This record gives sequence, structure tokens and C-alpha cells, in this order.
Amino acid sequence: MKKAFISIAATLVLLLAFGLMTASYGRPAAGQANDSKDKHQVTIDNFSFTPATLTVPAGTTVTWVNRDDVPHTVASDDKKFSSRALDTDEKFSHTFSGAGTYEYYCSLHPKMTGKVIVK
Amino acid sequence: MAKYTVRRSSEDGIDRRGFLKCMAWAGTGAFCVLKGGVLKSYALSQMGQHSPDVMKADLSFVQISDSHIGFSKPANTDVTATLQEAIAKINALPTRPAFVLHTGDLTHLSNPSEFDTLDQVLKSLKTSQLFYVPGEHDVLNDDGKQYLDRYGKGTQGGGWYSFDQKGAHFIGLVNVLNLKAGGLGTLGQEQLEWLEKDVKRLKSSTPIIVFAHIPLWAVYPEWGWGTDDSAQALSYLKRFGSITVLNGHIHQTMQKVEGNVTFHTAMSTAFPQPAPGTAPSPGPLKVPAEKLHSVLGITDVNYVRGKHSLAITDSSLEG
Repeated sequence: MKKAFISIAATLVLLLAFGLMTASYGRPAAGQANDSKDKHQVTIDNFSFTPATLTVPAGTTVTWVNRDDVPHTVASDDKKFSSRALDTDEKFSHTFSGAGTYEYYCSLHPKMTGKVIVK
Repeated sequence: MAKYTVRRSSEDGIDRRGFLKCMAWAGTGAFCVLKGGVLKSYALSQMGQHSPDVMKADLSFVQISDSHIGFSKPANTDVTATLQEAIAKINALPTRPAFVLHTGDLTHLSNPSEFDTLDQVLKSLKTSQLFYVPGEHDVLNDDGKQYLDRYGKGTQGGGWYSFDQKGAHFIGLVNVLNLKAGGLGTLGQEQLEWLEKDVKRLKSSTPIIVFAHIPLWAVYPEWGWGTDDSAQALSYLKRFGSITVLNGHIHQTMQKVEGNVTFHTAMSTAFPQPAPGTAPSPGPLKVPAEKLHSVLGITDVNYVRGKHSLAITDSSLEG
């Protein structure tokens, strides 16, 4: 009986450890408005741009910061701007002078897309 | 449990969609043998369990992938050491492989020093030939110019090429350049035209082995694990009786059989990635380095005749 208890306890510990491991894998999604001091910042995390759509007034400088462990890029669909590969915690900034919608993606992981709307 | 992957052909050269088993493990590669046009692949970590006769073949070669030299974060802060481990396993094989294929992501950030380290480490391989295709990490910031300068001698366009060995035709394709917003891997028109021309002269009985970094089948398009125009490429190959496609990129072993085509993906020698859809993103799976082998373990992929779905079972290497 005692043995059975120990085995159940051990299983629970293992399950808990696994749960922690899984939980620590996915960092909380960063960059969700109040997370960032700079409201003109786009965070790259978990292979996505957050916010995916950013609306700013003309003349704004937008900064992207990569929080992933793999490099990403910020590349405008129509080649108006393009960053070098950003390693972890590296940043890229671009100043949007004219109004319009600027769609961009990561040229390494093109499923990652975002847009900046300049008013 | 079978410790290797077997693909069988019926006598008329048409594949019998057999029962397949596939393994995944950390820090090694795949040993491939070609016998009578049929390719078999073995996990390097299980090589000791086979008699030397099993390994006798017309041709044998090894695929390694995703060495990511320069990566230094959890789960692997020393990717050079794990590449060296993989090389030691290759050098210890009872049959010396004719060559080694590296299916891309040689480096993590395309830095010259990373390429230099890779070249230095690979010098200890006891094999006369190495073949490469680039991963997206090898073409950063310069559209692959440095990669081509280093590894592109005798290749076409962005670095694609073909060669023949022991009656088999090998084709190295590049699907990491000029990627389009919202899309997957891309081969592009120029490369597709080259491919169509390249295989035209070949007899349909010629075994075809295609290798490229990003999978040429839709492993998990949500994570970009596929190639937009791979169907077009495969249409040029469908008349051939035996087609094997070897890919990397996803840092885990998977296998699928579709008609006469067998698709394999190889493990990374650097770090694991999550199984499709099991994590918020395909980034490096963070496990303590000492747990690398136990957490990755084995993936059995079963394909049963007549069913177009894969059954994937994971079990620990320590289990």
C-alpha cells in the first residue's frame, strides 16, 4: 500500500514537472499594448508580429524587436523597407513619412505577416 | 519494435505501400543504403544492432541536417559538439558512406566564422565527398551570395544541381530564396524549368533522390513546413519508379509514402523542434541540455497501405 502511494506520488511529481516544462516553453505573448512602453513598437515573438496591425500618425518611427531565439526579418511586401536578419533582442526601426498601408513579412518565415497603417 | 525504416518495392518496380516505421533521435543522422533501386534508411544510433550484411548495398550515404553552427541557447549551447558526435557516429559505421549530404541550415546566422567552423568540423569526416543545399539560415542578408561562393561551385542559379552515383540520380534543390509574403518554401520558375530538363534524358527505371532543406510535402503549412511549388517539381518525376525525397528544416524525423515517392525528414544535429501544432510556434524546443536525448526520444511514423494519414507515436530513447 505504501509502495502504491509512493508510485502515485512519483507520477504526480512527474506530471507536474512535465506541466512546468510545457508551460515554460510558451512565453506569454509580449507586446500586447500595455506590455510595451513604446506604443510604436512591434514585438516579434513566437513567430508572429504583435500587434499584427499597428496604426500610427505620419512621421512616426516604428521599432521592431525580436524576442525569439531564431532570427527574423522585417521586409516590406513592395520592398519599401527591409531589415537585416535580427537575432534575439535585436531591433529595427523605420520612419513612415507618407500615409498609407504598409504590409510586411519575415523573409525567412514568410507565414509571418503584419501591417502598419499610417494616417 | 523494428529499429529501422524499410521501404519495399514490388518486382515490377511499383512501390508496395508498406508498413513504415520511423525514428527520431537527437544529435545524429540517417544512414541510407540503396539496393536494387530501393532506399532504406537507418538511425545512426541503432547501427550496432544490424549485421554488416544488412548494410551491404549498391550505394550507401548519410544525411545530416540543421547543424545551426552559431546557435548557443537552450536546449543546446554547444552545437559544434553535437555535430562532432554525429560525425563520430558516421566515422564508426561498418560501411563507409560514399558521401554525406547536408540538407541545410549549416549555420545559424550566415556569419563567415560560422561557415568556417562548420568546414573545420566536417574535415574530420571520413568520406571523400560532401554535398550541400542551403537552408534559410545560410542565405541571410545577401540572398545566398556567400553560400554560393563557398559551396556553389558547379551549381546552377541559386545553388541547385544534380549528380549521378551508381546508377542513381541525385538532385539538390534550393527552396529558401525569394520567399513570398504569406507563402511557404519556393523553388521558382527558373529552377523548375531546369529540373524538367535535367530529368528528361533519364530512363524511368533510374532511382531518383531529391534533397532540399524545407520539406517538399505539406508537413504543416501553418508553420511554413512545406513548399508552394513542390507539386510542380514532383510532376516532372512521376514517371520514375522510385523517388526518394530527403529534407531537413523541421528538426525531427518524419516519413510519408505517396505513390512511388517516399518523403523523409532528418533530425537536426543541433536542437529539437516541437511536433507540428504542439507548441505556440516552431522555435527551438527548450529542454535542459542533459535531457536532450530523453525528451526527444523516438517517433514512430506508421503508414498503412491505402490510408493517406500518418500515425505518429512518440516514445523516449531512455524508455
